[in-house]
Amino acid sequence: MRIKVEHLTKRFTDTVAVDDFSMDFESGKLIALLGPSGCGKSTMLNMLAGILPVSDGHIYFDDDDVTDMPPQKRGVGLVFQNYALYPHMTVLENICFPLEIQKVNKNERIAKAKEMARLVHIDEYLDRKPKELSGGQQQRVAIARALIKNPRLLLLDEPLSNLDARLRLEMREEIRRIQQETKVTTIFVTHDQEEAMSISDSIVLMRSGVLMQEDIPQVLYDDPNHVFVASFLGNPPINNLDGYINDDGDFVLDDQSAVIRLNEKKGTKGEKVILGIRPEAITIGPDYNTKAEILERYTMGKEELANIKIGTAELRVYISRDQDCRKGDVIDLVLRDKGVFLFDKTTGKRL
Amino acid sequence: MKLHFDIKKFFVYFFLVIGALIMIFPFYWMIVNSLKTGQDMTAYPPTWFPSNWFNFDNYVVAFEKAPFQIYFMNSVIVTISCLLITTFTTIVGAFAFSRLKFKGRDLLFSLMLGLMMVPFEMLVITNYTTVAKLGLIDTLACLVVPFTSSIFYTYILRNFFLSIPDSLYYSARIDGASNWKYLWRIMVPIAKPSLVTITLLNAITCWNSFYWTLLVINSDTNRTLPYGLYAFMTEGGSDTKLMMAAASITVVPMIILFLFARKYIVNGVARGGLKG
Repeated sequence: MRIKVEHLTKRFTDTVAVDDFSMDFESGKLIALLGPSGCGKSTMLNMLAGILPVSDGHIYFDDDDVTDMPPQKRGVGLVFQNYALYPHMTVLENICFPLEIQKVNKNERIAKAKEMARLVHIDEYLDRKPKELSGGQQQRVAIARALIKNPRLLLLDEPLSNLDARLRLEMREEIRRIQQETKVTTIFVTHDQEEAMSISDSIVLMRSGVLMQEDIPQVLYDDPNHVFVASFLGNPPINNLDGYINDDGDFVLDDQSAVIRLNEKKGTKGEKVILGIRPEAITIGPDYNTKAEILERYTMGKEELANIKIGTAELRVYISRDQDCRKGDVIDLVLRDKGVFLFDKTTGKRL
Repeated sequence: MKLHFDIKKFFVYFFLVIGALIMIFPFYWMIVNSLKTGQDMTAYPPTWFPSNWFNFDNYVVAFEKAPFQIYFMNSVIVTISCLLITTFTTIVGAFAFSRLKFKGRDLLFSLMLGLMMVPFEMLVITNYTTVAKLGLIDTLACLVVPFTSSIFYTYILRNFFLSIPDSLYYSARIDGASNWKYLWRIMVPIAKPSLVTITLLNAITCWNSFYWTLLVINSDTNRTLPYGLYAFMTEGGSDTKLMMAAASITVVPMIILFLFARKYIVNGVARGGLKG
């Protein structure tokens, strides 16, 4: 199902949680709502589910205006961060509950529930109570319960945040698999950029209730339109240097301690800018854009990280393992074309 | 260090045991005396045990002298009626005050809590007028009507309801459950420990209710056990062993009930008070 959101706004007494948000969510896709905590992504999700009333704007499911439709009529499945399983019911009863409310006959709903349980791989635990299950299994039950009524839209609120690291990897693959098998349009909320990058078809990045950028993960990473987008995605994070553009169109650090020659001269003279350099966007010599001093090297197995210093600015970058340089060496630093961005200092927008 | 710990533990248990004995002794004395013969009663010094543990003569005599089976039935009817109605109003009230949103909810609830300060004795006059106007004086109904809701139990249950995560509610709503369905299918089963506690405490209160019964009941056939016991003591003279037998009849059902459900009482009170 295609979801269209127009000028959606949610105001609480003294804050605006979602501010004039408009976009189309593609049908049948796994979409991540990504952003730092407090950016309005959960509010967004709750408005789509119908739990929270909308202050302004409209939500359309295909061509239906569902803005004022109560949650039970929207045909959505919602999985809460704490799974919200009913503690006194067994797994089977939990999964059956939506059908029980719809007064589906007992044999039919049990058959359907078993089918769902097989889909999410919990068919061995149907007689257990939720507290006898691990976090990952509870998560699966919650997903099965959300899917059993064939929702038009599946919403997941921070689906992986309550799981330990290993389970998180496993469950995110599972969510991907289940979504692909059922083809249901799925929107999940996360603050973890790695999670969003790894499984979603497209990422919607939000900040302070505003849509920053929406695209497939790789485009978001390679072609950010804002310094916030560039900073939010990537681990280790991008290095942002404050400075301005000099007469030659090159970048000068604010305290003039170093000049970095730019491959692409995009800025206008004297303009205050932020230079973003992804950790993997540098190589060493023979040519150079600037000089840098190696402060420290860390081995990370297959690759090596180094703290380097350009003028007074410190950066964290990847260097090749067989690069012969040591702490204290001054190296010739070459910037690649990809992963180096110039942003306007005041607006944060990409130049 | 180890020694110090043991001594501390010893004293704790020592005082607990003494406390328990002090609590148990009156019950023990009541039951023992109800089984004694006339000869046992007059023995000096008093004996700790009856000469025959299976001497139920006193019970037989007590039943002959006063219709305890009627009192017992009356008590059962009144207690069960109160329990059913109070538990229902408590559940519905607690749901409204915890889950539903309406104007003045919290103010109203504060007012109700304030009413808990008013002692029962002060309400007796208005209650009496009410049941008198309803024409219920000297009927079993007037033992039930003033006790069909309880602010205290509503308060306990409301706090428990508040501790149930909102996500369960929203989840059920999205699944299509109405408030009513959610209350009975999800909340009430989860709140079972609290509900058992409330029901038990309420049962004990109803069963032992005396003062109000004394005021509104006149006829012999409408007496409940505590009142019947009181009447028996004044009317039947002061035969201690008969009185003890009658008292045992009154108390034993509640003791049995308590033994069966005591783990819920403690759990429920502790959990209900956790969040508020």
